[in-house]
Amino acid sequence: MSMTDEPLYPIAVLIDELKNDDIQLRLNSIRRLSTIARALGEERTRKELIPFLSENNDDDDEVLLAMAEELGVFIPYVGGVEHAHVLLPPLETLSTVEETCVREKAVESLCRVGSQMKESDLVEHFIPLVKRLAAGEWFTARVSACGVFHIAYPSAPDTVKTELRSIYSQLCQDDMPMVRRAAATNLGKFAATIESAHLKTDVMSMFDDLTQDDQDSVRLLAVEGCAALGKLLEPQDCVAHILPVIVNFSQDKSWRVRYMVANQLYELCEAVGPEPTRTELVPAYVRLLRDNEAEVRIAAAGKVTKFCRILNPELAIQHILPCVKELSTDSSQHVRSALASVIMGMAPVLGKDATIEHLLPIFLSLLKDEFPDVRLNIISKLDQVNQVIGIDLLSQSLLPAIVELAEDRHWRVRLAIIEYIPLLASQLGVGFFDDKLGALCMQWLQDKVQSIREAAANNVKRLAEEFGPEWAMQHIVPQVLEMINNPHYLYRMTILRAVSLLAPVMGSEITCSKLLPVVMTAAKDRVPNIKFNVAKVLQSLIPIVDQSVVEKTIRPGLVELSEDPDVDVRFFANQALQSIDNVMMSS
Amino acid sequence: MNGGGGGDVGASSGPLDWRFSQVFGERSAGEEVQEVDIISAIEFDKSGDHLATGDRGGRVVLFERTDSKNASGGRKDLEGTDSPVRHPEFRYKTEFQSHEPEFDYLKSLEIEEKINKIRWSQTANGALFLLSTNDKTIKFWKVQEKKIKKICDIITDSSRTLGNGSSNSNVTCLTNGGLPDKVNNYITHDYSFPPGGIPSLQLPAVTTSLETSPVARCRRVYTHAHDYHINSISNNSDGETFISADDLRINLWNLEISNQSFNIVDVKPANMEDLTEVITSAEFHPTHCNTLAYSSSKGSIRLIDLRQSALCDSHSKLFEDTATPTSRSFFTEIIASVSDIKFAKGGRYILSRDYMTLKLWDINMDSGPVSTFQVHEHLRPKLCDLYENDSIFDKFECCLSGDGLRVATGSYSNLFRVFGVSPGSTETTTLEASRNPMRRQVTTPARPSRPSLSSITRVVRRGGAESPGADGNGNSFDHTTKLLHLAWHPTENSIACAAANSLYMYYA
Repeated sequence: MSMTDEPLYPIAVLIDELKNDDIQLRLNSIRRLSTIARALGEERTRKELIPFLSENNDDDDEVLLAMAEELGVFIPYVGGVEHAHVLLPPLETLSTVEETCVREKAVESLCRVGSQMKESDLVEHFIPLVKRLAAGEWFTARVSACGVFHIAYPSAPDTVKTELRSIYSQLCQDDMPMVRRAAATNLGKFAATIESAHLKTDVMSMFDDLTQDDQDSVRLLAVEGCAALGKLLEPQDCVAHILPVIVNFSQDKSWRVRYMVANQLYELCEAVGPEPTRTELVPAYVRLLRDNEAEVRIAAAGKVTKFCRILNPELAIQHILPCVKELSTDSSQHVRSALASVIMGMAPVLGKDATIEHLLPIFLSLLKDEFPDVRLNIISKLDQVNQVIGIDLLSQSLLPAIVELAEDRHWRVRLAIIEYIPLLASQLGVGFFDDKLGALCMQWLQDKVQSIREAAANNVKRLAEEFGPEWAMQHIVPQVLEMINNPHYLYRMTILRAVSLLAPVMGSEITCSKLLPVVMTAAKDRVPNIKFNVAKVLQSLIPIVDQSVVEKTIRPGLVELSEDPDVDVRFFANQALQSIDNVMMSS
Repeated sequence: MNGGGGGDVGASSGPLDWRFSQVFGERSAGEEVQEVDIISAIEFDKSGDHLATGDRGGRVVLFERTDSKNASGGRKDLEGTDSPVRHPEFRYKTEFQSHEPEFDYLKSLEIEEKINKIRWSQTANGALFLLSTNDKTIKFWKVQEKKIKKICDIITDSSRTLGNGSSNSNVTCLTNGGLPDKVNNYITHDYSFPPGGIPSLQLPAVTTSLETSPVARCRRVYTHAHDYHINSISNNSDGETFISADDLRINLWNLEISNQSFNIVDVKPANMEDLTEVITSAEFHPTHCNTLAYSSSKGSIRLIDLRQSALCDSHSKLFEDTATPTSRSFFTEIIASVSDIKFAKGGRYILSRDYMTLKLWDINMDSGPVSTFQVHEHLRPKLCDLYENDSIFDKFECCLSGDGLRVATGSYSNLFRVFGVSPGSTETTTLEASRNPMRRQVTTPARPSRPSLSSITRVVRRGGAESPGADGNGNSFDHTTKLLHLAWHPTENSIACAAANSLYMYYA
C-alpha cells in the first residue's frame, strides 16, 4: 500500500500531529489513538506506538490526561488480554506525574487493565509495578501505589501477599501526608480483598495507625474508612474494634473529624449493627447534635431521619426528639435549614400520634422561621407529612407561611416557592387552592422580576395540567387573558408566554375560542416586541389548532405581520409562515 | 532539628563573621533603579537549594544552588575544607512573568502586578512548585526542566515519503493548524484497516537532546476571594492546603481547588467605623497542621486552632507585649504594628517585627516576649519626620536562622542586623547590603531586653567601631534606601537580602 493512497493521508496527519506544536492538535491525535493503533496494526502498536507513548510523557497535562484515559481501554488494540501488560509501562509513568487528575486517571486505567489481565501476567508484570510505585522516590508514585493494591493482591502468591500487606502498612506511615491520605482513602478497597484472618491483625493495625495520625486530613479519611472496614468484619469484631474508634472520633478535638463522623454516621451504624447503635452510638449522635460547631450540627441534623429509621420510635422520642426541638431554635439558620429539609421524614418513623404530639409543633415553628430557606425546606417536603397526619392540621399554619414567602423581597425566594405551588396544589386540593392561592398565582404574573413572571407563566400551565382544562377554564384563563390589557408591554409579553404554554394543555377548542382571539388582538399592538412574540406564539399554535383555523385566522395575521415596518417582526412572521408551509407539505 | 532554637548555647556563643558571597543585579554607579525591578519578596525553598525573588514588575526570578552538597572529594570540596564554612553559592536559573497589571472593572480598581509574597510548595518529580501573590490574585507555578525535543522525521512533511499531489494540502493543514473538517469526518466513519496494519505509516521520530531548559507553567489561579490587599500566604504542613490573608480576613484554600476557599478568620466589624485593628501577617505552624498565627496592627499575635471551629474568630492564644511603653505618644500605636511574623523551624518560637524592634515569643508563654531586640531605637527622635514621609509605615520583614539561634531583620541605609537569641548571647551585628558588608560597621547601642534580666544592659562593640561617618545614633541614615526583604537559608548561615533591585547574599 503506498502513501499516495487517499485514505491514508488523514491517518498520516493524525500520527504526525502527535508531535505537533499546537496542543489542541496533539490532544486531538491522542483522542484518536485507537484509530492510529488500528492503522498500525496490533503488532506495531505494541512494538512502536506504546513505546513511543512511554517516551513522550512530558507533555501538557491535558494531553497526558487524555492519554491515560485512552490507554485504559486499549487492550483490544494491542492484541487482546494476553498482551495487556504492554500497556503497563506508559501507565506507570503517567501515574507518577505531579498533576493529581492525571495520576488518578492513570491509576483508574491501571486498575481497568489489571482487572482484565491473566493471573500469571499479574504476577509477572503487575505486582512488580505495584512494588516499584510503592518504593518510588517521589510521593506522587507512592500516592498512586495505594490505589492499585486491590488489583494486585488477590492473584499474588502467599509470600508476596505478606509482602504487599507490609508495604501497604509502610505507606500508612509514610513521611508525606499525601501518601498517608491516599493509603487511608484506599484502605477499604484493599481490605475487601484481604483474607479475613489478616483483617483483624494487619489491616486493623494499619487502621489504628491512620486513626492516630497527627494530620487531621488523614484522620478525616480514616473515618470514611470506618464504615467500609466495619462492613467487612464480623459484627462482634466490628463492635470490638471499630465502635470504640467511632465513639472516639465523635469526640475528636477537630471539628472536621466530628463533622465527618456526623456525615458518615448512618453508614457507621449499618456497619456496627442495630443493637450497638442503640446502646453506643445514640449517645454519640446526641453529642454531635449538640456540638459546639454549627457545621457539625448541620451535618448531624441532616441525618436525623435516617438515623431515627434504624432506631425504634421510643428511643427516637426519648433521645433524639429533645435534640431536634433544640435544633429547631438553633442560632444558626443553616442548622435549622438542614433540619427542615429532613424533619418531615421523621413523621412516618414516629407514627401519627407521636408526630402530632411532638413533631407538629416543630414543623409549625420552622414554618414561621425568619429565614426563608427554612420555611421553603419544610414546604418542599409536605408530601411526606401528608401521608401521616393529613394536611388539615397543617393547612392553617401553611397559608401564612406560603403567602409570606410569595411576597418575600428576595426574588429567588419567590421563585423557589412558585416551583412548589403545583405540589402544594395537589396536596391541598382544589378547594383550598381556589380560596387562597389562586390570587397569588395571578399576582406573580405581574411581578417586577422577569424570572418570576416566566416561572409564573409556567406555573399556570402546570396548574392547568394538575386540575384539568375545565377547572383552568374557570379559574385561570379568564384572569390571565384579562391581563393582556396591562399598560406595560413587558407584562403583556408574559401573558403571551402564558397563552403559548396553556394552549397545548387546553386543547384545540378552547385555544381557538378563547386564546387565539386574544393573540390576534395583540398582533395589533403598538410595540414591535409584542408583535414578533405574537408571531412566535402563532407559530407554536399551528400544530394545536385545525388546518382551517390556520388558514382562516393565523395565516392572514402572519401575512399582515410580515409586512410590518419592523425587521424583527417581519423575520419571525416569515419564519412562522414558513412553518405553516412545511406542515402543509408534510401532511 | 530539635524543637527550634534557643537550646544549644555552646555552639553559638561566638558572633558570626559575615562575608560577602554574591550579588545579583548589582547597580553600577549612577545607574538609576527602575521601579519595576525593585525586589518585593525573597524566599528560600525547604531544602535551601533554591531561592526565589519577586519584584514590583510581577516577575519571579529563581536561583539554584551550584555547590552541590553531595559532591564529595571534588577539588572545590577539598578547597572548601580549608575555610571554616563552605557557603552556598547560587546561580540564576530562570525567570517568568507571574503577574500582570490588571484592572478590576467592577470596583474601578487598578491591581498592581507587584509580587507581595512567594511561598515554595512541595517538590514533586523534580519539578519545583511555588505560590506567588500580588494584592488580589494567588498563582500556583510549576517550574520544570524540560528536555528539548526535536521532531526529525514525520510522514507528511517530506515529499520523499509523500505522494506528489498531497504536499500542498499538507501545507494547508499545518498552516490552518488542524485537519480539515472533511478529513476529520472521514476518519470517524469506520474505515476498515487491514489486519496487519499499514506498513508505510511511521511514527514521528523524536530526538531528545541532553540540554534541558526550565519551563514555568501557571497551574492554578486563586482569585476573587479577597476584598482587601493580600499581605501573606502560607502553606500548611499537610501539603494540600494554604492560607491567604488580607487586612481583614484569612482564607483557607486547597491547592487543587481554585474556585472555592473557606473564610477562617474575619475581623471585619459590622460597622467599618468600629475598625481598630487589621491583620498584618499570617503564617501556618511548620508542623502542626491545625495551628496558625496572625499578627495585627496593634502589635498582638494570635494563635488559632483550626480544630476548634469552622470560623476561628476567637483565638486560642493571644500574645501581647504588656510592658507599658516608657512614653506614650501619637506614634505609639503606629510603631507597635507588627509588619511580619515567622515561626521558628520547630514551631515553638515566633519571631515578630514591628517598627522599632524584633521580638521573640515562646508559644508556651503568653505573658510577653522572651526577648526584645532594639532595631530602630535610634530613630525614636525622628519619628515625626518618618511619619511625614510615610517611612513609619514601611513593612520590614524578619527571619530566623535554621538552627533558631539567630534572627535578622532589615533597616534603612541598606543595613540589616543580626542578633543572637540564645540566652547569654550578646551577638548584635549590623551589616550593609554591599560588597563590603562590614564597611559601615557601626556600634549601635543595642539593648536586648529580657523581662527577667532587664537590669542587665548589654552594649556590644565590635571591631571597626571607630569607623567614621556613622555615629551611633544613625544620623547618616537614608530613609529612601531601605532593606525590607531578607531570608535566611534553612540549613546554613547564609542570608539573602534585597537592596532595591539588587540581591545580596552573605555567609558566615
